[in-house]
Amino acid sequence: MIARTLKAFTLWEFVKAHALTLKYFFKPKATINFPYEKAPQSPRFRGEHVLRRYPNGEERCIACKLCEAICPAQAITIEADPREDGSRRTTRYDIDMVKCIYCGLCQEACPVDAVVQGPNLEFATETREELLYDKAKLLENGDQWEQAIAANLAADAAYR
Amino acid sequence: MTTRVEIQTFPDERAIPMGDKPTPGDETVSNYTINFGPQHPAAHGVLRLIMELDGEIVERVDPHVGLLHRGTEKLIEYKTYAQALPYFDRLDYCSPMCMEHSYVLAVEKLMGLEVPLRAQYIRVLMAELTRISNHMLNLGSHIMDVGAMTPNLWLFEVREDTMQLYEAVSGARMHANYFRVGGVHQDIPEIVLAQMSEFLDKRMPLFEDAISLVADNRIFKQRNVDIGVVSKEDALAWGFSGPMIRAAGIPWDLRKSQPYEVYDRMEFDVPVGTKGDCYDRFMVRVEEVRQSARIMRQCLKEMPEGPIGSLDRKVFPPKRGEMKQSMEALIHHFKLYTEGYHVPAGEVYVATESPKGEFGVYLVADGTNKPYRCKIRPTAFSHLQAMDFMMRGHMLADTTAVLSAIDVVFGECDR
Repeated sequence: MIARTLKAFTLWEFVKAHALTLKYFFKPKATINFPYEKAPQSPRFRGEHVLRRYPNGEERCIACKLCEAICPAQAITIEADPREDGSRRTTRYDIDMVKCIYCGLCQEACPVDAVVQGPNLEFATETREELLYDKAKLLENGDQWEQAIAANLAADAAYR
Repeated sequence: MTTRVEIQTFPDERAIPMGDKPTPGDETVSNYTINFGPQHPAAHGVLRLIMELDGEIVERVDPHVGLLHRGTEKLIEYKTYAQALPYFDRLDYCSPMCMEHSYVLAVEKLMGLEVPLRAQYIRVLMAELTRISNHMLNLGSHIMDVGAMTPNLWLFEVREDTMQLYEAVSGARMHANYFRVGGVHQDIPEIVLAQMSEFLDKRMPLFEDAISLVADNRIFKQRNVDIGVVSKEDALAWGFSGPMIRAAGIPWDLRKSQPYEVYDRMEFDVPVGTKGDCYDRFMVRVEEVRQSARIMRQCLKEMPEGPIGSLDRKVFPPKRGEMKQSMEALIHHFKLYTEGYHVPAGEVYVATESPKGEFGVYLVADGTNKPYRCKIRPTAFSHLQAMDFMMRGHMLADTTAVLSAIDVVFGECDR
């Protein structure tokens, strides 16, 4: 009872709280300086889509349309035709990045690891149209991020 | 916030204190009606409360919901069972995996599917991590809504760590799409399990410190004790669940009363409140975080080896390595990612203890690969309807305390 009154009058919980916050004041900061420092990312991260190529430059996608079928948001549109050499390829591969919900089902469905969600998360654009990706843009992304994606796929291979 | 003032011109003689006849310019102001939200930072989303105020005293509260209605239930009828899963992440976006949990359990119950033990442990582990993540956000914003800043920032630090664990496990910080019918998507790497136990050891002290700043604080108590009191009878009558009903003193926890997955193997306590006010709700959640950490530790310790998904290839896709080697596995893969699996006709209701309360999924299957009907039982809806009697007679400033103690998220409430 006396202790309680004493604590009430000395504002004990405020003193304690101030001491604690002062302790934390001198601890290292938890914030990061974003564009220059980045938070850690795991190999499983599902970011911007890419279309990959084989090491000999041949595109992986065989137009099986599994990704188009599984996509819950119906963000993927594919048209396919046999190429001059007779192999089946896509003539059109569009991903509407505005519709996409980044669930990762397309990369799960892909039997040849062609469409993969890469580690890139900084693909904001100034206009909406720029987010309607076509095949050329996706292949270009693939060339740009191939190294990182290959490393990520290798790192996670045991669990896939 | 728009304000509408009803002005009456001298209704009766007694209203004018001077006793004289009213002079031009004298006004008697009756009740105010104000909009709290839908764009109010303390409304926890797009909630619109129409409040009738007498001065600063709340006379009546009328919650208007539905501003975040996206037609998820109807949408799910047009998706295969696998495609419907990502939409559950987007219901209660503060605890995505707990939303998936009810759905996968419902589908599994319809199909009579056995889930391997390791998958069950992983699900419990992730559900409890989700609970911690959800409560970090709620406790932090509750504290901030009643006026303190620092604990919120500290709790967000802890939440950031849970997000990173989420990302390491599922590939996304929020919309995980990780639980699958028959198991989970991918196994958790050993290193991430180690990170989880490190998180529990290193980060829980920060949580305790943040709570110690406010738990005994007299200002915090003045803002919460005896605010929004709900009796046991009211809690039952209004269909409360989760921390709301436990704070009212009823030890109702689906993890204990109807254990699913491996909760019957876990040792944990169900905290209950005594008064059913906002402070009790806050402290119940604080204790739940500790119990969740306890369950996570048990999961990490007892995690068995084995497959992470059902071995029934008509439901759960084969591993990628197998799919690229075996023709049969490839056929299964193609079938599962186009047509999906057919669920036998029937109806089922499965509820799990989500961080906010009882989150149920009522599923009607007609034997095809798409659900015939999927009714989602949100937690916040039944809590919100109690806003009126909880708020009556309190001050306007107490609205935020009551609202954040409800822990309402509109993705789930409006579906």
